[in-house]
Amino acid sequence: MAQPETVVAGVDLPFNDAVPGAVIGRDGEALVVARDKLLELARYLRDHEGYDYLSSVTGVDNLTHPKRKDVERFEVVYHLYSTKRGGGPLVLKARAPEDDPEIPSVVSVWPGADFQEREIWDLFGIRFPGHPNLRRILLWEGFHGHPLRKDWKEAYYEEEKKPYKSRHPDGRYDLKAKYPWHEERAVFHDNLVFPEGFDPDQMDIPVVEYRLGQDIYRELEGIKTDRIIVNMGPQHPSTHGVFRMVVALEGETIVGLEPEMGYLHRNHEKIGERNTYLMNIPYTDRLDYICSMSNNLGYVLAVEKLMGGVEVPERAKYLRIIMVELTRIINHMWAIGFLLNDLGAFFTPALYAIEERELILDLFEAASGSRMMCNYMRPGGVVRDVPDGWIEEARKLVHNRLPRAVDELDAYLTKNEILLARTKGVGYLSPEDAIAYSTSGPVLRGSGVPYDIRKVEPYCIYDRFDFDVVVEDGGDVYARYMVRIREMRESLKILRQALRDIPEGPVLPPGKQKYSFRIPPGEAYQRIEAPKGELGFYLVSDGTANPYRYHVRAPSFINLTALGPMCIGYKVADSVAILGSIDIVLGETDR
Amino acid sequence: MIGAGILRGLKITARHVIETYLDDVKKIPSRYAYDRRLIKQPLEEEGIFTIQYPEEKRVLPENFRYIPMLIFDAETGEDRCTACGICAKVCPPQCIWIVRDQDKTGKPIPRPAEFYIDITVCMGCGYCAEFCPFDAIKMNHDYEIAAYNRFPDLVLDKDALSVPSTYYAQLYPKAWEEEQRRREEERKKQEAREKALAAKRAAKAKKAAAAAKKADAKKTEEKGE
Repeated sequence: MAQPETVVAGVDLPFNDAVPGAVIGRDGEALVVARDKLLELARYLRDHEGYDYLSSVTGVDNLTHPKRKDVERFEVVYHLYSTKRGGGPLVLKARAPEDDPEIPSVVSVWPGADFQEREIWDLFGIRFPGHPNLRRILLWEGFHGHPLRKDWKEAYYEEEKKPYKSRHPDGRYDLKAKYPWHEERAVFHDNLVFPEGFDPDQMDIPVVEYRLGQDIYRELEGIKTDRIIVNMGPQHPSTHGVFRMVVALEGETIVGLEPEMGYLHRNHEKIGERNTYLMNIPYTDRLDYICSMSNNLGYVLAVEKLMGGVEVPERAKYLRIIMVELTRIINHMWAIGFLLNDLGAFFTPALYAIEERELILDLFEAASGSRMMCNYMRPGGVVRDVPDGWIEEARKLVHNRLPRAVDELDAYLTKNEILLARTKGVGYLSPEDAIAYSTSGPVLRGSGVPYDIRKVEPYCIYDRFDFDVVVEDGGDVYARYMVRIREMRESLKILRQALRDIPEGPVLPPGKQKYSFRIPPGEAYQRIEAPKGELGFYLVSDGTANPYRYHVRAPSFINLTALGPMCIGYKVADSVAILGSIDIVLGETDR
Repeated sequence: MIGAGILRGLKITARHVIETYLDDVKKIPSRYAYDRRLIKQPLEEEGIFTIQYPEEKRVLPENFRYIPMLIFDAETGEDRCTACGICAKVCPPQCIWIVRDQDKTGKPIPRPAEFYIDITVCMGCGYCAEFCPFDAIKMNHDYEIAAYNRFPDLVLDKDALSVPSTYYAQLYPKAWEEEQRRREEERKKQEAREKALAAKRAAKAKKAAAAAKKADAKKTEEKGE
C-alpha cells in the first residue's frame, strides 16, 4: 500500500491537465506531489476545485518504516476539505530527501498552515521556504534536535517500544543497580545526552523574533504614543493555563499579537509512537482534559479505520454518542462560565455553569470509573456497560435538569448589559478568514460557516439523529458565545433521541479482548466534531503493535492561528475576551 | 430600573441558599440518607452540593478506580497472582514490574516474589485490572494516599499492595457476585468433566477387562484345542 508508484503512461493521475507534472503518483488514497509544483497545485485546488479548508498538515519520518525503504525520508501530508461540498478529504503528500529537507510553505495559500508548519519544523526539522516566521513553536529555541525524527532519543531512553522488557517477570528490573528506579535514571543522572561541544553553562539565550508589526511613533491628538510590548502570561489568570500572548500595543490598541505556547509540551506524539495502540487511549484523555470522552472516541475511530472497519455493537454505538454529547454540554458550560470569568464576572457565573457538570461527571464516574480521565472507549465498542439505573439517571438529567440549566444561563447572561458591551463587535473574524485560518468548531460556525463534521462527513451514527447545525453570523465573541448556548440545546436533542432509542445488548465484539494487536501497514485520518472543533487523529501503521506515526490535529492549537489577526485593532482588555471565546485547553494546545 | 439586574441575580443565590436547606427536609431520600459522613446526592435536589471534605465524603460507585491492588485469597492466604506479567505489559506508563518466584533449583514458580507499582507514575487507567486473566489485580477505592516521601512511600511493594479477597468483595459487591457465580459454574463444569472422564475411564477399563477376559477365554480355548 505504501509503495510509491512512479508515473506510468496511461495511469490516470488527476489535476495533471491543469497543473502539468504536479501529481507524480499515488500512495494509497494520497496523491504524491512534486514539491516544486506544490504551491501551484495548492493554488489551483483552492481556487478551482473548492478545496478551501486545510484541515491538517503533518510530517512523517520514513526512516525505519519497513515498507518505505525506497521512499524519500521526509514527507508532509496535507488533508484538504471543501467547506462548500462537504465530504471526504483530498490527501496530498510532498516528499523531501534527508539531505535537503525542504518543502515550500503553503501559508500563502492556506494561512491555517502557519502553526502546523512551524510545528513540523520544530519536531521534524523540515524547513518551509516562504513561511513568514519559521521558528520553533512547542519547544524552546535552544532545544537540541528534532524529537519526532526516528533517530532522536530522549534523555531518558529505555527502549524503542513498549512494553519494555525489563519490567516482565523474567526481565529482571535491577533493583540493586546504582539507580534502580527509572525516576532516578532521568535527566540529571547518567542518561543525559548533550550534543557534541554543547555546554549548558556557556549557552546564550537565543533571541526570538516576534511578528509584531512595524515600530510606530505617532502623534495622536497631541499625545505622543510609542509602541510598547506587553507579555500576557505565561502566568496570567486570563490565559486558561500556561500560555503567553506577546502583545504589541499602541496606547491601548493592539497592533500585533503573537501567541507563545509549549509550556505544557510533553511530546504526546512521541510517547504515542512508543505505546501500543491500546496504551494510547488513556493518554488521549489528557489532551483536552475537559472532554476526555471525545478524545477517546476520535482515537478509537481512527484505530478502527486503520484496522479496516470494525463492527461495533449497537448499544456501544449509542453509548458513545451519549457520552460524547454529554461531554459537549460540559465543555460549553465550562467555556461560557470561564468566558464570563474573563470578562470580569469573577467565578459566580462560572460556578453556576459548572454545577450541572458535576452531575454529568458523576455519570461518567459510574460508567467509566473516573470523572475526567475516563478511558472509556475501546476499538470495537466501550469498555463496559453502564451500571443498572444509569440510563434512568441520565434521562432525568437530560429531560429535566440540563435544559433548565441551559435556559437559566441563557436568561441571565445573554441579555446581560456587561456581556453585550464586552462581546458584541469584538474580535471579528470574517467567514473567509475563518476558513482560511483553518478554524473549526464554534469559532468557524460563529463566523457564519455552516460546517459541522457530524453533518458533512457523518461518523458513528449521527446520521440517525435529528439535529441542526448551529450557525451565527456575527463573527464576534458574542456569536461564538451564542453558538455554544444553542449547541447545548442541539446536544440535548441528540441525547433525548439516543436515550430513547438505546437498545440492550453487548458493548464489545464477542471474544476475548486482546491487550496488544497488530494492524497491517496503512494509514488513516479520522476527524470528529469535538466540542472545541475538529479533532483529528492521523495514524500510520507499519504492521507492528505500535503506531509508526501518531498525530493529533488539536482544535485548540489550530484555532489559535486566528487569535493574532482577530485581536488586531481592539483594546488590550478585549484580547482576554477573544482568547476566552476561542476556548483553548493547554493540554491539547501544547501536547 | 437601576439595580433590577442585581436583584435578579441575587434571586439565584437566595434560591440556592434556601433550597439547600429545604432539600434536606423535603427530599426523600436526602443526601444524608446513607450516613452523615457519606454523601450521595439525588438528582432531584436543587440546592448547592458542596461536600465538606474530609468530614464528609462522596459515596463512590463500584466502578471507581484509583490505584491497583493485589488480591490474595482470604481463606488460604494464597496470592491470586501468577506473575504472568500481562499487567506489566499492558501498563501504559510501564510502572509495574514483577520478579517471578523460584524454587531452590532455580525453576520458576507461578507466583510473584516481588511486585512493585510506582504509583507516582501510575495513571490510574485500570488496564491491569481489565486484562488480568486471574482476577488478581483490581482497582482500589482508597484515594487518600498522600505521603511525605516519594521513595519508598509511594513505590508500593507486594505487602503494601496486597489486600484480602474479603476487602475486594466489600468494594465490588456486584463484580464479586458475578465472579463467584462464574467460579461456581467453572467448578461445576470441571466436576462434570472429571465425572465424564472418570466414566470414560471406567468404561474403557471395563472394555479392556472384557477384552482381556475374551482374550483369556480365547487363550484357554486355544489351549484347549
